Amino acid sequence: MELLRVEKLSLNLEGRQILKDLSLSVKSGTIHSILGPNAAGKSSLAYVLIGCCDYNPQSGKIYFLGKDITGYPTQKRAKIGMTLAWQEPARFEGLTVKDYISVGIKENKPGLVEESLYRVLLEPKDYLDREVDKTLSGGERKRIELAAVFAMRPRLVILDEPDSGIDILALDNIVNMIKELRSQGTTVLLITHREEVSEIADKTSLMCSGFIVEEGTPEEVGKYFKEKCIPCPTHFYPAEKDKEKIKEKK
Amino acid sequence: MMQDYKYMLDAYAKAGGSPEAFKNSKVAHLVIHQNRVIGKHLVEGLDLKPKETASGIDIHLIVRKGAIIKYPVHLCFGVLPKEGIQEINIRARVEDDSGVKLLAHCVFPNAVRVVHKMNADIEVGNNSYYEYNEVHFHGFEGGVEVIPKAKIRVGNNSRLVTNFSLLKGRVGYFDLDYESEILDNSSLEMTVKIYGYSDDRIKIKEVGRLIGESSRGLIKSRVVVKDNAQSEIINELVASAKNARGHVDCIEVIQGNAKARAIPIVNVTHELAKVTHEAAIGRVSKKQIETLMARGLEEEKAVDLVVSGMLK
Repeated sequence: MELLRVEKLSLNLEGRQILKDLSLSVKSGTIHSILGPNAAGKSSLAYVLIGCCDYNPQSGKIYFLGKDITGYPTQKRAKIGMTLAWQEPARFEGLTVKDYISVGIKENKPGLVEESLYRVLLEPKDYLDREVDKTLSGGERKRIELAAVFAMRPRLVILDEPDSGIDILALDNIVNMIKELRSQGTTVLLITHREEVSEIADKTSLMCSGFIVEEGTPEEVGKYFKEKCIPCPTHFYPAEKDKEKIKEKK
Repeated sequence: MMQDYKYMLDAYAKAGGSPEAFKNSKVAHLVIHQNRVIGKHLVEGLDLKPKETASGIDIHLIVRKGAIIKYPVHLCFGVLPKEGIQEINIRARVEDDSGVKLLAHCVFPNAVRVVHKMNADIEVGNNSYYEYNEVHFHGFEGGVEVIPKAKIRVGNNSRLVTNFSLLKGRVGYFDLDYESEILDNSSLEMTVKIYGYSDDRIKIKEVGRLIGESSRGLIKSRVVVKDNAQSEIINELVASAKNARGHVDCIEVIQGNAKARAIPIVNVTHELAKVTHEAAIGRVSKKQIETLMARGLEEEKAVDLVVSGMLK
């Protein structure tokens, strides 16, 4: 079943075209990765999908469970089951980890906050009363963001570079948690620039210069990414190339 | 008198205080309504002499050498009628090797035209600590003028902490002026948290002078103003001794037509001293709000959560 469909989405920011007629289909109960180099527009896509106020698409539609949600504000998207884990999550002075994780919890299940912290290898007794402020390291803050998503149990979570800032020892655990999200019924849209992270996906879309250039299994797309994208100069300086030019390189 | 005492404790409870503390014989307390002492209890090591004056109370507080006051001393100052003036003059001396924490609640629940002034002169000896926590509860008329002034000197190897919060009711007019001097290996931490709205006016001036070697200082302000409220914050840290370290941290959030001004002053006169500062004024961060909205909170509730966290 299709959970999320994006049709010809275009986004311009400050005169620059970030997303170009981007289309995407995400099946329910899967991990769908968006793989692409830096500045491909991956995070912008995430912000458009969750409805951030500065990311209103100029054209295109977003459908969630068949319903057009293009005009929905962020909180309405959250209420129907979407959420986003930011690449660099915000800090909140005075707000405890317990309170922060509890914000998104809908079900009355005792111990869910603690369980979600265990999932990201954080000892609840050491973290529940800590503030989600600058005293947390980048990696700790990131794990708390993932714990909050886990506790929320959304239908669709967009994970924006969940591996960035996570140490190598915890990476396996994060990967397992993403798989666990899927097994608990959450569909994952996994945004990453690392093809080894993308490997856990059921399907991968390769993104470059604002549109999807290739789709397939993680192996197929990963191979394409390594062979074609990494040597490509636009990997570093994505230019205003049109889709045909990129397709020609294939 | 008994009725005033009861009303004062009711207001004290509304301000977040715990009235049970006034029944506990291990906890020292002082309750003052306008210029009358209506409750007092002392513990060993603490001298507390209040003297009624025409417009308030003069308080002489001494923590005797070597005395560590185990439980916070509870102070309750207030004016219950709609109008009135209360001038509190405090002379506090914390002698060497001693320590005390004070928890003061200032309550003006019905104020339409009330002036509350405090002048404190505090001396903290060597190897000692003094912590002064002041919580205000004002009514919703905005008719309160609060003018606290303090001059504090801290000896060697000692610690000074002041926390001021005014988060319940209207601020009215508020003009705080604290100045402290810190000697060798001692530390200072001054924090103010205020929430102003309507046409409240907030002025804060906190100065810390790190004149002792290896002294430490942190001045922190968290102010939220909305509607037509205005705030001005001057945080100054002076470091003039070897290895003195300090930090000024000021955040003001504005909403509506409010106006905020922050003036961090950093003055370093010794090459081995260092003071840093950060100041930010603006509305609540969009990213914070959108993060909470992505968990399902309405925008207004998200703003409230961020602001209440900041002022906690």
